[in-house]
Amino acid sequence: MTLRVLIAVLAIFTLPFAALAQNGPLRIEITEGVVEPMPFAAPNFVAENPAANEFAERLARVVVSDLAGTGLFREVPRDAYISQITSFDAPVQYADWKAINAQALVTGAVNVNGNSVNVKFRVYDVFSGTEIGSGLQFAGTTQGWRRMAHKVADQVYTRITGEQPYFDSRVVYVSEQGPKDKRRKRLAIMDYDGANVQYLTGSEHLVLAPRFSPTGDRVLYTSYETGFPRIYVLDVGSVQRRVLESQEGSMSFAPRFSPNGQTVVYSLASGGNTDIYRMDVASGSSTRLTSAPSIETAPSYSPDGSQIVFESDRSGSQQIYIMSANGGEAKRISFGNGRYGTPVWSPRGDLIAFTKQSKGRFHIGVMRTDGSEERLLTASFLDEGPTWSPNGRVIMFTRETQGASGASSLYSVDISGRNLKRIPTDGGASDPSWSPLQR
Amino acid sequence: MKMITKAVLLTSVIALAACSNKSDFEGDDFTDLNASSGANAGANAGIIPGSAGDPTSIAFFQQSVGDRVLFEVDQSSLTAQGRATLDGQTGWLMTNSDYTAIIEGHADEQGTREYNVALGERRANAVRDYLVSKGVPSSRLRVVSFGKERPIEVCSAEGCYAKNRRAVTVLAAGLTG
Repeated sequence: MTLRVLIAVLAIFTLPFAALAQNGPLRIEITEGVVEPMPFAAPNFVAENPAANEFAERLARVVVSDLAGTGLFREVPRDAYISQITSFDAPVQYADWKAINAQALVTGAVNVNGNSVNVKFRVYDVFSGTEIGSGLQFAGTTQGWRRMAHKVADQVYTRITGEQPYFDSRVVYVSEQGPKDKRRKRLAIMDYDGANVQYLTGSEHLVLAPRFSPTGDRVLYTSYETGFPRIYVLDVGSVQRRVLESQEGSMSFAPRFSPNGQTVVYSLASGGNTDIYRMDVASGSSTRLTSAPSIETAPSYSPDGSQIVFESDRSGSQQIYIMSANGGEAKRISFGNGRYGTPVWSPRGDLIAFTKQSKGRFHIGVMRTDGSEERLLTASFLDEGPTWSPNGRVIMFTRETQGASGASSLYSVDISGRNLKRIPTDGGASDPSWSPLQR
Repeated sequence: MKMITKAVLLTSVIALAACSNKSDFEGDDFTDLNASSGANAGANAGIIPGSAGDPTSIAFFQQSVGDRVLFEVDQSSLTAQGRATLDGQTGWLMTNSDYTAIIEGHADEQGTREYNVALGERRANAVRDYLVSKGVPSSRLRVVSFGKERPIEVCSAEGCYAKNRRAVTVLAAGLTG
């Protein structure tokens, strides 16, 4: 079977805008816990030429979907609008937007010339009657129009929350088909919101747990292509793959890149014992980091690359430990009731996300890197495998339903525990890995 | 206010043909087994070679010797029943020395993916180590773990989980190099 995969690589380079005005009164302080979402309006963008008509509404719709999807913003229904935005440069009638209680207003304009799209936008603080930050303009292609909407939404999100953005990002995951006892799996990649799905492998071989490189250009994953689990690295642009670890008589799995992308940490199972190794990607030389008779797996680097968090059952049950990136003595950080696995260091460095099993239920949770302040964010029959949004605010994970017709889907949840939602995918989906913010 | 951002666009479209390969496991060699019980197939029955009545057949190994052992929750130690099954496997493998085997370790769905791969490997090796200790040459045995990826029973209850926590000795004819 031949699979033809078309990958469009879109790179947009933006200059930082000069006048950052983020100290205005309109601000969502996420850390204080947002209970009531901020109402906002994002009317259809202004089409500056006829070719732009088809994008005017679509762009605004994606901006709305991104912002409302965070749970921090709520769209004011469009049928409430008193004013319409028909010109990007005309003065905003603040009173009309105040009257419908839109605290923030996002306006935009789009111009299409052949395959190129130009998008401009502005963000207003309606109640203080001021613009938040400067207007900004992006260029892209008609095929890449959704990325431009994500860029706009990222700017709005950042200007109002003060947080780093995350909408212009992708997720690599395992797409699943077929019944539970004959499941077929293949690697897929999509926008963070489920759009633009592309398949990276066929489903003739079982594949597990893809993981993005720090720049999003490569993906590590485990495949049974040889009949035995082995680690592969796949170039997202060319879809070319190569086996990374192929030690005869052993199995390798659970790979993750180091923050500089030059090293891979992974598990190797041999003779009934699973330990953690690290490999220099360029030379292929590997170093053993743990040597206990217990199961050591699911390693994940700290953002500065100096430490590795992993799970081990050396105490008798799965628990989370941290060791130096060079191996050596490890410190246990999980002490609650139950089993803890699949730890992932947050991109901000402050938290560890994990899977917890307790009393027959599964949870996604976070704790500080010293194990304190454990908080469970979800509970279900089977939740596992957290991955962090590029800004460390949101966690995506796998949720599997129970029973003979059980199936997997992707969900995301804010680290506050709010805004749990399913990510739309075509068929079953598992093992998400969130990319860094695209450039 | 200024429109100050420039954008550069780079689009490349790359078409690639992914490789195709044959199915990687699932025991394609073992289809069309004779459904009759090996125990009832007497010497006079006219044994069909390769059928479950043929004591040198894979079907006989699967049905009469027993190709799998089961494990307790989160355990990889062999039960008394498991050891008895493996004693039978040892005898059969010693008699039918042309066969090699891959021991597949599996876990139930109550566990995280990576841990279950490691747990399945432990189970497969427990079987391998036992067979080797009883005299089966280690060169004839390989192990693989499928973790929780290949359940044979699909309900989410202990009755199914108990059958999924298994190590299956999958025979292949001919010695591997």
